[in-house]
Amino acid sequence: MAHVILRDITKRFGSVVAVDKLNLEVARGQCISFLGPSGCGKTTTLRMLAGFEDLDEGEILVGDRVISSSFKNYYLPPEKRDFGMVFQAFAVWPHLNVFDNVAFPLQIRGLSRAEIREKTTKALTYTGLLDARDSYPNELSGGQKQRIALARSISFNPTVMLLDEPLSNLDPKMREVMRFEIKELQKRFNFTIIYVTHDQAEAMALSDRIVVMDFGALIQQDDTPVDVYLKPANKFVFSFIGLSNFLDVEVADGKVFLAGARAAGPVTAVVPPHAAGKPPTLACRPAEIEMVPTGGVYGVVTRRVLLGDIIDYVVKVGPTEVRVQRNVRKPLFGEGDRCGLVFASLHWYDESGARVSA
Amino acid sequence: MTGTDRKFGIAELLLLFSVLVLVVVVAVPILLILWNAFVVDGGLNIAGVIQVLSQPDVFQAVVNSLVIAGAVTVVSTILGVFFAWLVSRTDLPFKETMKLLFLVPFMLPSFIGAIAWKMLLSPRSGMVNRWFIELFGLEQPLFNIYSLGGIIAVESMYLFPFVFIQVSGALERMDPTLEESARISGAGLLTITRRITLPLMLPSIAAGALLVALYSLAHFGVPAVLGTESGIFNIPTLIYQKIYASGGRFEAIRAGTILSSILVIAAALILYSQNRILTAGRFQVIAGKSVRPMLLKLRGLKYPLLLLSILYIAVTVLLPTITIFLVALLKTYGLSFSLENMTLQNFTYILFTMKLTRDAIWNSFYLSLAAALVTMLVGTLISYVIVKMRVRGKFLLEFLGLLPFSVPGTVIALGVILMWSGKFGVNLYNTAWIIFVAYIARYMAFALKSTSAALEQVGDSLEEAARACGATHWQAMKDVVLPLIKPGMVAAFFLIFLPALRELTTSVLLYGPTTRTIGVAIYALSEDGETVYAAALSAVALLIIVVGQWVIKRVTGTTKIGGGGA
Repeated sequence: MAHVILRDITKRFGSVVAVDKLNLEVARGQCISFLGPSGCGKTTTLRMLAGFEDLDEGEILVGDRVISSSFKNYYLPPEKRDFGMVFQAFAVWPHLNVFDNVAFPLQIRGLSRAEIREKTTKALTYTGLLDARDSYPNELSGGQKQRIALARSISFNPTVMLLDEPLSNLDPKMREVMRFEIKELQKRFNFTIIYVTHDQAEAMALSDRIVVMDFGALIQQDDTPVDVYLKPANKFVFSFIGLSNFLDVEVADGKVFLAGARAAGPVTAVVPPHAAGKPPTLACRPAEIEMVPTGGVYGVVTRRVLLGDIIDYVVKVGPTEVRVQRNVRKPLFGEGDRCGLVFASLHWYDESGARVSA
Repeated sequence: MTGTDRKFGIAELLLLFSVLVLVVVVAVPILLILWNAFVVDGGLNIAGVIQVLSQPDVFQAVVNSLVIAGAVTVVSTILGVFFAWLVSRTDLPFKETMKLLFLVPFMLPSFIGAIAWKMLLSPRSGMVNRWFIELFGLEQPLFNIYSLGGIIAVESMYLFPFVFIQVSGALERMDPTLEESARISGAGLLTITRRITLPLMLPSIAAGALLVALYSLAHFGVPAVLGTESGIFNIPTLIYQKIYASGGRFEAIRAGTILSSILVIAAALILYSQNRILTAGRFQVIAGKSVRPMLLKLRGLKYPLLLLSILYIAVTVLLPTITIFLVALLKTYGLSFSLENMTLQNFTYILFTMKLTRDAIWNSFYLSLAAALVTMLVGTLISYVIVKMRVRGKFLLEFLGLLPFSVPGTVIALGVILMWSGKFGVNLYNTAWIIFVAYIARYMAFALKSTSAALEQVGDSLEEAARACGATHWQAMKDVVLPLIKPGMVAAFFLIFLPALRELTTSVLLYGPTTRTIGVAIYALSEDGETVYAAALSAVALLIIVVGQWVIKRVTGTTKIGGGGA
């Protein structure tokens, strides 16, 4: 059953269309991520959901309740929407201690003292803050502050939780820990999560469903994390979701060669469908190319950079440069060495950027 | 580095020089005041202090100062917070323009404002009062400006920007998600204002309010213009009164030092608490990501509130300014403002004929110019030692550097009288030099603030990079540091030059027969009933200020408001 419904929502700032006729349905208890470059309209969409921005066109429904509608000229202010929300910069109140921060929504709702105590304590327990309840935010780390924000937003049992890049201000280690904690909280309370991020790893780790957006909040792909990763719907998604090589190819004798490098050997014998003389672009991830001493597509290593566990190579095949990443423990190639490339996983995109299945 | 273990190098020399300047110019005068107030014949003299303080006029002046400062602080805080909230948290139309307009009262010297209000609201001859009496047949004047209430009202008009600047700045820097998170938690705008925004603004409000209190407590101009007539004295005006009435007798000086000590102690307490409030880091609310703050929709109140704001500016700035200019054009004070009663002769008279005003304009110009130049240069040097140099004994300079911030103008004047009246071998009394020395002490704080802020912007690595490229310490300073802090130095110059041009508080205690300044001349003309000449000279001063502000804006590229006193 659809829990949150966005219908044709549009938002303009002056002449800029920030969100252009976005349609989306989110099921109850689902965790959905809006993933896209900064400025693509994902945060604006979230702020319209929260009610901090009114919409110019369309309507938003939660459950069977309309909360924003340009047709009915209706707009429910944020304080009446009963959503939980977590912000990038934590937004915990420095003049209140941890307990009072978390108790604030309950006090606003006019709960009794005993109920406030009970629910706040519960929220603090689930977020591991019980021992810090008398501390002030400035005495705590970034991770702890974001826990306060989480505790505050779950304290009144909202059915919808909005998260606006909640982990971006944390260090990488803390980010990983918090990902799991958010997931745990969702399992326990079964709220619907709408999560905005520009970090694809975060989106992959947390979501049941990822919506990849380009400027104007135009949906590029709406899929499970696995499918977004394995079958990027177009060139934009492919390049956004990880490192990528986009390589021009030519077809001869029923085989595919890198453009201008027929002598180096064929990439594959499976030719994707295409109009005559217009083969699609080959896309592949640097980590999905194997380097072998003999065989494969012949090339020369022109650059080698150590990135810790991974070695990043640039291999020149004819006029084309191919980026390859492999584990540092595999046999090394030096700059100037010859090698063969074996392409493990191939994606094809036509001129318009759409996916072509081979 | 030469590799030798130098005990006394250039750094130590600069430190010594800086310390010496601050000791001679600021520290010794203050110590002399405290010494004269509390020590008689080498012994502590508490009984004498109590005896002076229990004289009825002294006691009354202390009470008046406290009452005026207290009331002005409350009124200015309410005005400042309200207008700051209006321009930064509501959808008031023309907000940016209004924000600039609310800073204008800062530029208007408050004693000139007081003179204008005297013209408008003095009980018998005030124009507004007369107008009301004639029009409505009132028995009593509408409002008597010669009263505590009048002094409080006029001071508040020109001091509220202290609070306004602090609070509107803090509201703009505040992370809007702090309010948004309260809103999504279910709180309405009123609850958010009461429980989130106001508590978070409290340090800024308090900081602004304390500045107002500090300023008002030691303020001379407005009480001098409006209080003397009906016998209302505050601490600075009583000091002036006593010293002039007695012709500089020791008893008067002693009473003055005791009153000054109260000001010094009060100022120190105020600055200490302000520092405590601002450095209590619990309230770091700087924004992470720039989101526009949510604005309260004023709806039906939008235009009434805009009108109120414009009316406020019109009444507090425009009305007094226009009054000054119109009166300056009158042939004789008291005539109606019709064209046949108007003349430019007052201006030609004060600019070219009258010796008093010609001297005053010349004195103010060269004194301000010299003081601004010297103070700016010495201030840059001191800031450089404090901010950039690693040298032993620097803490002494850091402490001395705080002193200029806490010394009111009256106290400085009294201090330099004690120091430079021949007791220590140098007698500058009745010369321009004594005013020059006093100006340096008075405005050193501005120079230190402006140049140290500029120096803190220049990362150490810039200078180090120059050194690494082979530049000597001096070359690095000349070719890298100086060009970078030049805007700060220019700003410091104008921040001193403009307020010094119309300085009153200090000059009025120090002027001699030939060393009147513009402020003193305006005050003297106004007190002598030469109202049209006072107005004409005030008009000239206002024009200079406007041109000066325009020059500052052109030179520094920003609007720097000189919060200097009259």
